[in-house]
Amino acid sequence: MNMALELTGVRKNFGRTEIIRGIDLKIPVGECHAIIGPNGAGKSTIYNLISGKYRVTDGRIHLLGHDITNRQPYEINRMGLSRSFQVTNIFPRMSVFENVRCGVLWVKGCKYSFWQFVDRRRDVQERTAEILASIGLSAKADIPAELLPYADQRALEVGITIACGAQVVLLDEPTSGMSHSETERMVDLIRTISAGRTVVVVEHDMGVVFDLAERISVLVYGEIIASDTPDKIRGNPKVREAYLGSDN
Amino acid sequence: MRLLLSKTGVWIAAAAVILLAPTLFQSGFALSVMGQMGVAIIFALAYNMLLGQGGMLSFGHAVYFGLAGYFSIHYLNLMGEGLVWYFPVSLLPLFGGVVGLFFGVLIGFVSTRRAGTTFAMISLGFSEMATALTLILVAFFNGEEGIQTDRWVGPEPFGITYGPDIQVYYLIGIWCFVAMVAMYALTKTPFGRMSNAVRDNPERAQFVGYNTQRVRWLAFSLSSFFAGLAGALHAINFEHVGFETVGLAQSGFVLFMVFIGGVRHYLGPILGAVLITLLTATLGDLTQAWFLYFGIFFVVMVVFAPGGLAGLIMLHEPVWKTDIRLAQRMILPYMGGLITALIAGFGLIGLIEMIYFVSHKLAGDTDVLLYGFATDVSSIYSWLIYGTIAATGIVLCRKSFPAVRGSWNSAMDDVRERFSA
Amino acid sequence: MEILFFSLFNGILYGLLLFMLSAGLTLIFGMMGVLNFAHASFFMLGAYFAYQISQFIGFWPALVIAPLVVGVAGALVERYGLRQVHKYGHVAELLFTFGIAFVIEELVQMVWGKAPVPYEIPQSMKFTALTWQGMNYSAYRVFMVLISVGIFAALYLFLKRTRVGLIIQAALSYPDVVGSLGHNVPRIFMLVFGFGTALAGIAGVLGGNVLGTEPAMALQLGTIVFVVIVVGGLGSLGGALIASIFIGLLTNMAVSFDIPFRGFFEALGVSPEAMGTGKDLIDMTSSGISPILPYLLLVLMLIFRPRGLFGQRDV
Repeated sequence: MNMALELTGVRKNFGRTEIIRGIDLKIPVGECHAIIGPNGAGKSTIYNLISGKYRVTDGRIHLLGHDITNRQPYEINRMGLSRSFQVTNIFPRMSVFENVRCGVLWVKGCKYSFWQFVDRRRDVQERTAEILASIGLSAKADIPAELLPYADQRALEVGITIACGAQVVLLDEPTSGMSHSETERMVDLIRTISAGRTVVVVEHDMGVVFDLAERISVLVYGEIIASDTPDKIRGNPKVREAYLGSDN
Repeated sequence: MRLLLSKTGVWIAAAAVILLAPTLFQSGFALSVMGQMGVAIIFALAYNMLLGQGGMLSFGHAVYFGLAGYFSIHYLNLMGEGLVWYFPVSLLPLFGGVVGLFFGVLIGFVSTRRAGTTFAMISLGFSEMATALTLILVAFFNGEEGIQTDRWVGPEPFGITYGPDIQVYYLIGIWCFVAMVAMYALTKTPFGRMSNAVRDNPERAQFVGYNTQRVRWLAFSLSSFFAGLAGALHAINFEHVGFETVGLAQSGFVLFMVFIGGVRHYLGPILGAVLITLLTATLGDLTQAWFLYFGIFFVVMVVFAPGGLAGLIMLHEPVWKTDIRLAQRMILPYMGGLITALIAGFGLIGLIEMIYFVSHKLAGDTDVLLYGFATDVSSIYSWLIYGTIAATGIVLCRKSFPAVRGSWNSAMDDVRERFSA
Repeated sequence: MEILFFSLFNGILYGLLLFMLSAGLTLIFGMMGVLNFAHASFFMLGAYFAYQISQFIGFWPALVIAPLVVGVAGALVERYGLRQVHKYGHVAELLFTFGIAFVIEELVQMVWGKAPVPYEIPQSMKFTALTWQGMNYSAYRVFMVLISVGIFAALYLFLKRTRVGLIIQAALSYPDVVGSLGHNVPRIFMLVFGFGTALAGIAGVLGGNVLGTEPAMALQLGTIVFVVIVVGGLGSLGGALIASIFIGLLTNMAVSFDIPFRGFFEALGVSPEAMGTGKDLIDMTSSGISPILPYLLLVLMLIFRPRGLFGQRDV
């Protein structure tokens, strides 16, 4: 089977503190994979390593068969990986439409061009409108992103992430801080996204995780202690112990 | 093109203003001031490509402005001596732009890796180096004297000699118009949009596939091109370039202009350039303290109106877009704010002018002309009067400004209500 | 040999003066993240105040009063200006202090005029304190060295041995944490800003009569002080000391030992008969380019090692 993501012996130290202590993880193409674990287990750090924000101390990371270890974030993005952030990370002073469009520009070949009007690139405009519709923000397209309600900002965060049409999408706690109905809306959105894509989700809401994921990896103190289908994870004693043992 | 056309009205108006201004203001002084405005507009817009559009605070953008000026002057001089190929003087600003672009590409490469404070410090370093070099490389910069030229060289197509000032004005005007349109168009390109994105959130920009340093570098280079264009026009306008054109003061001046005008709106720098150039030309002769007022005004803007004048105006955009009648209730508080501010300003300016007079006066001179009145600075009453006016104004301002804010808030509440209804 | 010692002494003296300025600046930066563009303007105010006060009651009271006044002025600027701008971020703060620097320069010109003022070394200090290697070292200069060293020692002990010092040190490394420890951060900021500017004021009192007291002095020294703290590492006092002395020595030595570069160019095979700008380049000497050296250092440092020699975080 083709692997969308493959982590081999990945380690990360901050100073002398080991945060990620040797992770091996294989996520096949098309899978919806969840990473769970108590606070401070290193979930966000793994995302930061995969997406190129941090450099790994040791180990290799492959994306769709290419070695992406310690490449720049933009290079990794161009190779087909996109991520969202736990803390909303949008372009605050630009409109909602423009936020999404920023995600579309590179993949439509606009690059750094300064000799064409972006509004006249019909492919870009249409793709942006499409994404906006899929995240349910078409009606708010012209509002500055900083003025959106929180749940809409989270949706926008996901919208920017999928705008570039990446094969592999990492979502970092997409439902954090959301109400029940907002969470349902987000789960539907993620389900739509995962059609034809590889989606990795870090999530605290177990309902969401067991609802969405085809396989789940459990991360505790920088190590993956189990990686299996939701049913088997539920019955895994090590997981139970790790979760009951922590205050989560 | 449709995009540009939708703004056609504005551009036609701008073109008309540039075209017709000399018929309204015909004096040599007015012509010269308007020429300086044109140069200032180009330079300010170029600067705002960095500060407003790209989020880069530069203390050294005059380097590209000034260097382009020097190179243009040298080219003119060499042309006069017949040592280089003929290049139409009308197109010399392009040459200046290319000079700016060259140095912008070079220096931008090393200075745009980071934004924020690091970028600002590097720009300061280059600024100081350029200033020091003007005193070392005497043959090129000619030290503190700078370099003279004669712009009347070569053939005279259609009788254009750039002898008369009006021809120079139109040269500047046309280039100013072209530069305004070009820089506006740039904001509508993928590069322009990503420049904003990198300003807002460099991290996120990386994760949608953009190399932030490339975006900044490109912004820096293009901005240097337009700064160079302005520098060449400046050189042609004055037929002289001095070492101060590359220095920190010049960079600070354009920064002040742009910030006072407003960095968040395309029209802001234009507003700032026109206003500050006009005030410097007129008030500069009237009062020695002009630069002090200028600096105080800048500091006040930084603290209270970080969006500049254009920002203040645009705060009210929702009001006139929704219903201009909402403004009715705002008139009174705004008038109050204006009047109290004028009173405070009147008193403070009186005091500052008197201090200036006292510390710069010739022996035996005791009367300073304030607002048309001869005021005796040796009398305690003069000080008391202006001190009282200033204090009263400040106390009143502390009452009137909250009222201004309150009326704006209530108008915005109305706007919001109508939106949600 | 005499020149070596003499320029060594002057270099160290100049370096110590730079240190007094940069100590305050680096404290302010370390705690508040604010690059205070106006720092040297407070230095200038120190010199002018000292000049004015010494006109009335002499140099020694001025040495105490002027820095206090400067410190109060600094604290006021923080309280009623900088604090309001804080919410707009570091670039806005930099803009604000840039504006303040401009305003202070204009104010000084307003009160004392554009020409230098005759602020002189006190009569009681105008004697030769020691003679060494055939060169005379004036008492005032020796006194400056002693004061600077004393301030460094006091500052060092203060930071290492007192409770407030510990808080400041903690804030230098972890600015966000200190607020959560229950300290009134805005008040600490105001005090640090006032203290830092008062240090600049002392430097102004001591250096104004040696370097010359004029409106341009702030800008001249201000950018050099930036170089010092960037090179030394922002927020690092030790780094500031070493960088100050290094830059003091560098500029003084470059002037004292006026090394021509002609030989260097000849070795490269460049014709010494070059004209115009080429001739200017070949005729450069180390004293000619000494004004550039600090800035060259600044730019190189920021490009290759933005955290400076001893800094713990990037600029």
